[in-house]
Amino acid sequence: MKKKQSRIILLSGMLAAVLMLSACNSGGGDKAASSGKPYIPVISKGFQHQFWQAVKSGAEKAAKEFDVEITFEGPETETQVDKQIEMLQTALDKKPSAIAFAALDSKAAVPLLEKAKSNHIPVIGFDSGVDSEIPVATAATNNKAAAALAADKMAELIGGSGEIALVVHDQTSRTGVDRRDGFKEQIESKYPNIKIVDIQYGGGDQLKSTDLAKAIMQAHPDLKGFFGANEGSAIGVANAVSEMKKSGKIVVIGYDSGKQQTDAIRNGTMAGAITQDPIGIGYQAVKAAVMAMKGEKVEKDIDTGFHWYDKSNIDSEEIKPLLYE
Amino acid sequence: MKLQPTQTAAGGQQAKKTGTKGAARQKVLAFASLILLILVFSLLSGNFFRFDNLVGIMLSTAVIGVLALGSTFVIITGGIDLSVGTVMTFSSVMAGVFITYWNGPVWLGVIGGILAGSLCGLVSGLMIAKMKIPPFIATLAVMMITKGLSLIISGTKPIYFTDKPLFNQLTMGSIPGLEIPNAVWIFLISSVIAGFILTKTIVGRYNFALGSNEEAARLSGVNTVFWKVVIYVMTGTFSGIAGIMMASRLNSAQPALGSGYELEAIAAVVIGGTSLSGGMGTILGTVIGALIMSVLTNGLRILSVAQEWQTVIVGLVIILAVYMDILRRRKNKS
Repeated sequence: MKKKQSRIILLSGMLAAVLMLSACNSGGGDKAASSGKPYIPVISKGFQHQFWQAVKSGAEKAAKEFDVEITFEGPETETQVDKQIEMLQTALDKKPSAIAFAALDSKAAVPLLEKAKSNHIPVIGFDSGVDSEIPVATAATNNKAAAALAADKMAELIGGSGEIALVVHDQTSRTGVDRRDGFKEQIESKYPNIKIVDIQYGGGDQLKSTDLAKAIMQAHPDLKGFFGANEGSAIGVANAVSEMKKSGKIVVIGYDSGKQQTDAIRNGTMAGAITQDPIGIGYQAVKAAVMAMKGEKVEKDIDTGFHWYDKSNIDSEEIKPLLYE
Repeated sequence: MKLQPTQTAAGGQQAKKTGTKGAARQKVLAFASLILLILVFSLLSGNFFRFDNLVGIMLSTAVIGVLALGSTFVIITGGIDLSVGTVMTFSSVMAGVFITYWNGPVWLGVIGGILAGSLCGLVSGLMIAKMKIPPFIATLAVMMITKGLSLIISGTKPIYFTDKPLFNQLTMGSIPGLEIPNAVWIFLISSVIAGFILTKTIVGRYNFALGSNEEAARLSGVNTVFWKVVIYVMTGTFSGIAGIMMASRLNSAQPALGSGYELEAIAAVVIGGTSLSGGMGTILGTVIGALIMSVLTNGLRILSVAQEWQTVIVGLVIILAVYMDILRRRKNKS
């Protein structure tokens, strides 16, 4: 009996130690309540990708500049709508001054957003829009226009004709759909001699995207170009092309950045990519939240912009700060 | 390769009952399905049966295949390991710590990463065998812990091995003159080793004993706690090898990857005829099961079948494989 008890004590002791450790590390949470600064929770779609880390750094920059307290959190994967809703609920319970929110599923969030509205908590959308009138502003990249630019670059680089294929991260999220459609519509309306032979979805998983890109290349030996619609997809496509020893023979265009992608651009496996401005997205979202909180007027659509980058301008002053590593 | 048909605890007698004949038939069946799939895809698309595509299929089987090898052992004990996917990721992140953060030599990263996998297996094994926590729960917890630790240790960022080109060569290099990446050889050698352990060693024998009747094994003097821990350590070790292979192929440790891979590994094991209720199974079956999965996905992709349907078809194949296994047993019983 005694042995059992001591074991349980040991276990609970370990748990307590871990809790304390993690509390020290998190440096967020309920701090807001004590600091007296206005509190703005930032709820993103995730936190694991470098993209979200860059958004976070932008949000932190704005928080420092405008002297507000923020917390940054998001579900583990971009499919966990329910977890995100829970996070939004918890955030609302803390009676924040404003909320910045990147909805995974805007319809699912509507009841809570209405609750925010009735409590006079301004909501700012970021990354992708929320299909609702409630957010006072949205800071996002125009994904469709950005993908259309990628399509133009593709057409230019393959000489206006031939077979191309797409690897997209998924067929349900806003960014996946917008980038796929933006690219597809541009090709179909402007370049009749270019044929999209296949569109596949790799879940942003580098390994799966590599294997499926290789299968597409096997099925279409004359393929001239490949578009990878996010970081994981683009890296997968680049891997596939170099594994099949077709570097330089197939035009690869990516989206977003990250070290592997910039390396691929530098060594010629990837022709270029579209980059968003994730730091700007985070910064603008918090800035808009502060303005809304103070009752200032905020622009409804804050376009945070996008850029094409390749070997020629990757180290330029304009592009360098937008690439995260 | 000398991979034996299904073996059971009490050897001869038990084998007669469950039927070595039946097991052989199952293996022939799985192998025949694989050949049939290859034939069908070759007929439907001229681009399928080509040397580089077949090598590509082998390469894409390698990581899941090695994970599935490890899973075969625990499944034969009648247990399950839900943590293999995230343990794989954890191993790759630890390799990154040794090689990139500490600037250590490549061999240290490889061995350290694999041992990190073994350690996770040890933790699972102790919880299951000593603390008597059900395998499903214990490995679920390890799955969550390793997932979280991978993110914490890496700072949620991928760790790159670009400074150590040798690391990428481990899987993507090839023996001169042969255009087959090393990953394929590592997979094949691991399969032979796993097959040897399962059929020729005492671990293998006790593995079947635990799965067919743990109480009987204990009463006949087998240290069931010890051997169970050994088996989970082995599963963890194979996950570690898979982790190194994945990191090497992607030239980076991706801390968010790996969730869901355990289910693909389990599917490969099940298609290969290993029973989830324990006591029966073969390594060759698992290898064939893993190959069936990748031939199927590769073939369907080459035919440009919509991806939603690919998922449905793989699901149907799993049902078919398990149902055949059930039919076979029913026949053997009567």
